[in-house]
Amino acid sequence: MADEPLILGIETSCDETGVGVVRGHTLLADALASSVDQHARFGGVVPEVASRAHLEAIVPTMQRALSEARVTLADIDAIAVTAGPGLAGALLVGVAAAKGYAVAAEKPVYGVNHLAAHVAVDTLEHGPLPEPAIALLVSGGHSSLLLVDDLARGVTPLGATIDDAAGEAFDKVARLLGLPFPGGPYIDREARAGDPAAIAFPRGLTAAKDLVAHRHDFSFSGLKTAVARWVEARQRAGEPVPVADVAASFQEAVCDVLVNKALDACRGQGVQTLVIGGGVAANSRLRAMAEQRAARHGIRVRVPRPGLCTDNGAMVAALGAHLVASGVAPSRLDLPADSAMPLTTVSV
Amino acid sequence: MGLAPNLGANHDRRRWRAGVQRPEAMRLGWVIVLVLVVDSSTPAVTAALVEVTASGVRTRAHRCTVDARAHGELLAPQVDAVLADVAARPADLHAIVAGVGPGPFTGLRVGLVTAATMSQVLDIPAYAVCSLDAIGHPAAAGEPVLAASDARRREIYWAVYDGAGQRLVGPEVGAPAVAAERARALAATAAVGDGAHRYAEALGLPLRPEPRYPNATALATLAAERIRAGAPGDPLTPLYLRRPDAVAATARKPVLP
Ligand SMILES: [Zn+2]
Repeated sequence: MADEPLILGIETSCDETGVGVVRGHTLLADALASSVDQHARFGGVVPEVASRAHLEAIVPTMQRALSEARVTLADIDAIAVTAGPGLAGALLVGVAAAKGYAVAAEKPVYGVNHLAAHVAVDTLEHGPLPEPAIALLVSGGHSSLLLVDDLARGVTPLGATIDDAAGEAFDKVARLLGLPFPGGPYIDREARAGDPAAIAFPRGLTAAKDLVAHRHDFSFSGLKTAVARWVEARQRAGEPVPVADVAASFQEAVCDVLVNKALDACRGQGVQTLVIGGGVAANSRLRAMAEQRAARHGIRVRVPRPGLCTDNGAMVAALGAHLVASGVAPSRLDLPADSAMPLTTVSV
Repeated sequence: MGLAPNLGANHDRRRWRAGVQRPEAMRLGWVIVLVLVVDSSTPAVTAALVEVTASGVRTRAHRCTVDARAHGELLAPQVDAVLADVAARPADLHAIVAGVGPGPFTGLRVGLVTAATMSQVLDIPAYAVCSLDAIGHPAAAGEPVLAASDARRREIYWAVYDGAGQRLVGPEVGAPAVAAERARALAATAAVGDGAHRYAEALGLPLRPEPRYPNATALATLAAERIRAGAPGDPLTPLYLRRPDAVAATARKPVLP
């Protein structure tokens, strides 16, 4: 529909420079430049390297997004940008860029929450989100369970990781197995040839005593250590490491905890819709397991296609469109980048 | 398909008068053009609107706030404010001049990304000027001068200028004592800039009070020839002078505790 808001979204919270264009729930463009190759040799994202790359990438990425969407900035109704949480220096490039575009094109700007954008992006594939919904957000930087009662105004955090993020665990285990960074896609690929029941790795915070204080929280540090010890024992014994079996068993442990805790949150809150987002939502086992187990409880799972699960500009534009449609006021031009932006803040 | 410059309909509603001509008049050789100047390479966040004429540069509106921690918050509202001061719209801008450092990375990028994005939307050239030149050039009065800004970690970004304000050495980053030694070898008789004030003792050179931070009029003056000639814009490449601290938090950490 032509009268739906035409929104531009800018994402620079980590190592992806993303610019997306949406009209209402329709994705028009999703341009991305990644500095992931520059971080690979460090085994993790180097903030200053990411910030430098964002500065170089933002103008050409914007150009590509506008060409792809066949619009100009003059046509845009509002500009949305990730204001947090994320890497401070990286966020600042995107926020300053959004303001530069907003001032020059005389458009309103919305500083938005990155995690809420991971939820909103699903509307581009599956239409308006039924509220309330439970959202499971899992990536290299975050692992959270949220109750989404009003995506335009505030979401309620239910739980989060108490140590490593799920994606971080994938990266570390990949490194143990000699697989490249980022580890998620490589573990996923190796696991297809492995036996998920080969090794019984621990499921963090699932014991009855842990559920009292940490019913909706995650812990992946113990799992990572267990995998490290198992692999090390093999190596010390001079035996080959069955990479596919370790990958499959590790992945099974992560997905098992994520899915069970997410479905438990749905049942606990009496919610019928589960949205999964973040880079780890691209994992094929997580997607399949969530579908299977949710069906047993009559819960509907919504997971956007893998390309929209990882960080991108379209998710920010999608949230911006939802905010505009909900009548939320734009941000002030002095909006700060907030690396620790709380989930209760959807836009600043 | 690309970015449409924000002209067209907006042009009819131009509020900025003050004898300013349209960009195309520039080529006829009798004009004044409006130029936005930004610099965020030091604790001072600067936005200014200057008029560049065939013979000079005049500052029409100016905002400068000294706050090393709020570059991202301050710059865009200041750009908005200087435009409002002269009742101009972004579409009235003819060019942008940006100080490209050297400077602490995070703050420096704010000015550069602002200049780059506005230049893209408005389809106007952006010109790069070394930020230290906008301290050293206006300070040089017949005798060589050392210009310095704070590089943190007990170091300064510095350059040496001759009596006419031309850069002789730099920009470099390093210990104040090293900069002072090089400056003296080049017959510098004074030091200028916030970095010089902070390390006055280590430098041991008489201080010039002004400019303490990159001067907006000087930034425009140093780009004026390029603006008048209608030269193509420059790549706004920051003068970082330091490599990233590229040791990722997770890089060396073993997986086992
Ligand atoms: Zn993310």
